[in-house]
Amino acid sequence: MFSPEEIKRYQRQTTLDQVGASGQELLSEAHILMVGIGGLGCPASQYLVAAGIGKLTLVDHDEVSESNLHRQILFNLQDIGQSKVSVAAQKLRALNPHVQIQTINRPFTKENALELVREADLVIDGTDNLPTKYLINDACILEDKPMVFASVYKFQGQLSVFNYQGGPSYRCLFPDEDDTPDTCEEVGVLGVVPGLLGVQQAIEAMKIILKLGDVLSGKLKLIDTLTGEDQIIEFERNEEVIENVKLAGLKENLSYCKIDRDDIYLDVRETFEQPRIDSGQVIEIPLRELINRHAEVPRQGKVVVCCQSGIRSRQAIAFLSNEYGYTNLVDLPGGVKELM
Amino acid sequence: MGFVSVKYFGMIAEKTGKEIEQISFEEVGNHLTDLKTYCEKSYPGMGDIKYQIAINKCLGSKEVLQEGDEVAFLPPFAGG
Repeated sequence: MFSPEEIKRYQRQTTLDQVGASGQELLSEAHILMVGIGGLGCPASQYLVAAGIGKLTLVDHDEVSESNLHRQILFNLQDIGQSKVSVAAQKLRALNPHVQIQTINRPFTKENALELVREADLVIDGTDNLPTKYLINDACILEDKPMVFASVYKFQGQLSVFNYQGGPSYRCLFPDEDDTPDTCEEVGVLGVVPGLLGVQQAIEAMKIILKLGDVLSGKLKLIDTLTGEDQIIEFERNEEVIENVKLAGLKENLSYCKIDRDDIYLDVRETFEQPRIDSGQVIEIPLRELINRHAEVPRQGKVVVCCQSGIRSRQAIAFLSNEYGYTNLVDLPGGVKELM
Repeated sequence: MGFVSVKYFGMIAEKTGKEIEQISFEEVGNHLTDLKTYCEKSYPGMGDIKYQIAINKCLGSKEVLQEGDEVAFLPPFAGG
């Protein structure tokens, strides 16, 4: 039963024949998992919370930084340095106190993926890296949940719904999972482009919950904001690919390769190795000295650990996490060249 | 001789320097693999990017191209 305040709040959408009081009931029972609260996740969350979904779980391990503000419109200057999920939850609760907001201030990993996906009715992919997109996809296959996918590249976007009522998955569209993540270089993006895609993800999520219209399953929508042309590409379910996921289970997505000039870098190379990192805050401690100088590594905020090719950085992270319990370290798997 | 219209998306369009072009069978042959080889040779770096091909807005629909077909080179996007 809705309170008089809720009845007033949702009036303009319950007036729609396709929604009505029963549709509002469906929305209020829905639990959505949002993986990543960035350029896609901010607008998608705002519209879903405003529409009165029952519960929203936000997963993100990142903190708000200055370069997020042009596209992650839940955040403002005062939020810089704070946990994205905490700030987002606070603002979304202020927007609609009737929605239960759960925050998970940790990365979405092989270890927590299945449990998080299992508890939700559908998953929205708000991530910015391929390994995590594949991980969400695989967890959705294993738990039989729909995944509302979006990705952007500069002025273009891709949108689709995977694993919906026996439909195809992300791997049916792009089966070749490459070990080299391709988002490490800082690719520019006009802030409104992920905004546009995030809003469309919210629409697909609402169509699924309300059982309305044609869900974008088996279809990849390509949006080009510069030409104004949208295209729909059709693709089919590949049983072999899906069976492989069911047999093999989840894979690691450890390479969080989002490069941000506001991050702190821990360079574990020798001081003569070139090129040096010339921007952001850099702490230089060669790997062999880490045993004596580990206390210089901050425990708060994201610290990107890097070396020449990705081998020493991995060793440094293993050492600091195993010996000293560090939880804020992120690997740069391809070495410093990814920063250049 | 027939032409196919070829569209490039995302990073691939950056390697080709254009988003759309007409390519004649005479130049490349009418098999999809011929077209792929031709494009990857013509545009350095394109072969390093993984992509899928849609013909007439359908993924993996056919091998032999016909006059007027629309071929799209689609790389995965990762940004958000």
